[in-house]
Formats: sequence, C-alpha cells, structure tokens
Amino acid sequence: MIEVTQLCKSFGSKRAVADLSFQVKKGEVLGFLGPNGAGKSTTMRMVSGYFPPSSGNISICGVDILKQPELAKSKIGYLPESAPLYDDMTVKGFLRFAAEIRGLRGASRKDAVERAIETCFLQKVAHQSIDTLSKGYRHRTCLAQALLHDPEVLILDEPTDGLDPNQKHEVRELIKNLGKEKAILFSTHILEEVDASCTRAIIVDQGKAVANGSPSELRAQYGMDSLHDIFRKVTTLDTAS
Amino acid sequence: MNTFTIYKREMASYFGQLTAYIAIFIFLVFIMIMTFAVTQFMRVGDASLQYTFFYWHPLVYVLLVPIVGMRMWSEEHRSNTIELLGTFPISVWSTILGKYFAAATVWLVALILTFPIWITTNYLGDPDNFVIFSGYLGSFLVCCSFLAITSLISAFTKDQVVTLVVSCFVCFLIYMLGFDQVARWVQTLAGNEVAEVFTATGVWDHFRSLNVGSFRLQDFVWFATVISTALLGTNFILKSKRA
Repeated sequence: MIEVTQLCKSFGSKRAVADLSFQVKKGEVLGFLGPNGAGKSTTMRMVSGYFPPSSGNISICGVDILKQPELAKSKIGYLPESAPLYDDMTVKGFLRFAAEIRGLRGASRKDAVERAIETCFLQKVAHQSIDTLSKGYRHRTCLAQALLHDPEVLILDEPTDGLDPNQKHEVRELIKNLGKEKAILFSTHILEEVDASCTRAIIVDQGKAVANGSPSELRAQYGMDSLHDIFRKVTTLDTAS
Repeated sequence: MNTFTIYKREMASYFGQLTAYIAIFIFLVFIMIMTFAVTQFMRVGDASLQYTFFYWHPLVYVLLVPIVGMRMWSEEHRSNTIELLGTFPISVWSTILGKYFAAATVWLVALILTFPIWITTNYLGDPDNFVIFSGYLGSFLVCCSFLAITSLISAFTKDQVVTLVVSCFVCFLIYMLGFDQVARWVQTLAGNEVAEVFTATGVWDHFRSLNVGSFRLQDFVWFATVISTALLGTNFILKSKRA
C-alpha cells in the first residue's frame, strides 16, 4: 500500500533523509520512531505529498505520488504534526469543508462527517468554533479530517501528542482497530505505543533507518527486553552528532 | 469544483469575521467623504463621476485592498493549514483561484454598494451610463490588480503585517508611477520617452482611459498582465516554499 524506495531529502546542504526504504502493507501499522530531528516529519510530509523528495520513489496503492499527485493524495488521510486547523470555522463546518474537498457530496458527505465526529468523540464540540477548542480536541478534529473519506492509507504524525492518558489510550485503540483494514504509518517517540498498537517499527536516526522489525523481532535481534534500551543503543544523542 | 469549495470557505471566513465588513465600511465612508466634501460632487455637477468619485478609488485601494488580501497566504503559512491544503487531492491553482475570487467578491460587493451615487447622478442629471459602467469596470480591475499583487506578497511570508506594509508600498508605487504630477516631473528630469514608460507602467493611465469610456486594448493587456503575472508568481512561490 505504501511503498517507499531510496528516499532522500536535502534542505540546502543539510541532509534530512538519506536512502530510506520501507513498505507498509494493508493490515499493518508501522511505528516510525526516532529522536527529534531524525527526519520523521520530513518523511511523512513527503509520503503524504506535501513536498517532493530530492530523489527516490513513493507509491501509494500502486500510484506514484509524483506522477499522479491528486489520485495518490485521494487515497491518503494525513494528520500533520501540529494539527493545523482553520480557527474561524466550527468543527462541523471544517469537517464539511474537508469532506467536500475530498469529493464527498450530499448524503455521503453528511454520513462521513457524522461518522468521523463519532469515531473521534467530537459530539460535544461539533458546533463549537475551533479557536475555542482545547489541544486534545484540536488534535482529534484534525484526526477526524484524516478519516473522513475512509482512506486506504493513513499517515499520522504524532497522533497522541498533547493528549491526556485517557485520550492517548483511545487513540491507540483507534489506530489498532483501523489498522486491521488499512495501511497505517504513524510516528511517535513514546515507545509504549509501539507495543500497544504497532505490528512493526522502524527506528530512524539522522535520516537513516537503523532498525526495522516487529517489536518481538527487535527484542530478539538486540537481545534486549526493553525497547527503550534498543532505542538508546541505535540512535545518537543530539548533543553527540 | 474544488475552486468553488475553497471559494465558499474563504467567503464564509471573510463574512464570518469583521474583515470584509470593516473594509467595505471604510471604503464607502472614505469614498463618500472624498466625493462630497473634498471634490464637492454636488457643486461641480460631474455627471460622469470621473473627477469626483472614481478619481479616489485607486488611492483607497492602495490602503484597503492589502487589508483584505493580507491573510490570503500569510495566515495559511502561520497556522500551517497550508500543509492541509498541500495534502488535499486538489491542485495548487484551485486554491489560488478560489482564494483570489473570494477576495475579489468582497470588493465587488463594496463597489455594488456605492450604487446610491449612480442613482443620484441619474436623478439629478443625464449621465452617460455606459461611461459610468466603464468607470466601475476600471475601478474593479485596479482592485483586482492590487489584490493579485497582495496575493503574491502574502505567499512569501507568514507575517501579515509584513504583507500589509509591503503590499501597500508596492501598490502605492504602481499608483504613483503614472500620476500626472509624477509624469510631468519625470518628463522634465529624464525626457519624454522615460515619462511615457512611467505612465504606461503605472495604473493611472489605464484606469483613466476606462474612466472616460474608451476601451483601449492596451489597458486590458496591462490589467491582464499584472493579474496573471502576480498569480503565476504566487503559484511559483508556493511551490518553491514547499520544496
């Protein structure tokens, strides 16, 4: 579903992503781990089609995102890192707008908006203006936007960031459930989430993949029981690089 | 279709907040003060509306058009919603045009709301309504040109104040370039040819010719060039900002 091969991205002379390749199949949830500045968000922005890679290929359900960007993007639901929203709209108004952009009209738009509001527990704030929402609600509104069109591929950049423990738990369960019939790529630096909802994990460091496998495979490979220890072993401290 | 979706959102945003109302209100008040108090519309009896009414439009646009246009892209950059737009399955052009048309509609509403002066002129005198229509067209085209320039400048920065100040400055330059006094001053300084270039580059000459109802090809070419160049530039800047 998501196929990334030899992805590179440089900003000026700075190399953000170097020769990264991975695949996410239907029914898989791939956790994207790494320290801050490892290139996680950069990779996700490229995979979601926000900006093009310096080199390499990205294909979404067999569609090359550089050659047919609109078709590829229509198969993706994307939650950006900062959960950007239009503050001057209501939650429902924003979701209606996003649904219309996704080509949903009339009754199917209404159903999609209702379903997304339900899935992300937004009933209480549906008619509230977005600029009055708390961070947790903002995040979930943006997540709802990504689920509207029932996409085959979900790309979630730190979906649990800024949520309280209850909400974190709910989002993890949601990801796990959605992952049964979708291909999900999500980034996090909370390692418990890997065990909680991922079928596989990639650890990136300085733009390169340094470990790749299911949580149990990683444990066996490094002979360590704690993902924290593995993470610390394979990544460099930002003060050291 | 996507252009229309973006257009609807922008319209809801303009008229859901104070921006559009304030701009339209100030525009109407300012224009009326200038027309009736400064150029004394009633005493002069200018039935073409050329010297008392339309005369002030470009100057007001220099100040007010960037106020409506400044949030066009700056706000998207600041709140990072540009990342949402960039990952929606729509082309960059449909967002550019949707936003542009919405802002232009705000000004169309403002212009339409000046209709009492048109009624007054028809009641008190016997104006050539074709010339008045042509004046309105010229006014709207000046507005659209300034709006396209604001769109281009707002694509550069997430700071709305910078957009506002720079856009006002650029529009003011274009306004001044073709102004009679400036043209005369340039003429004595650098000669006829340079003065003609100044006049042709500035907005004034093109606006004036539509004011008197002469549909010259060069005026439409000028407006079309400014608007399309600025919008193409917007597209280019947005694309290169994302790379």
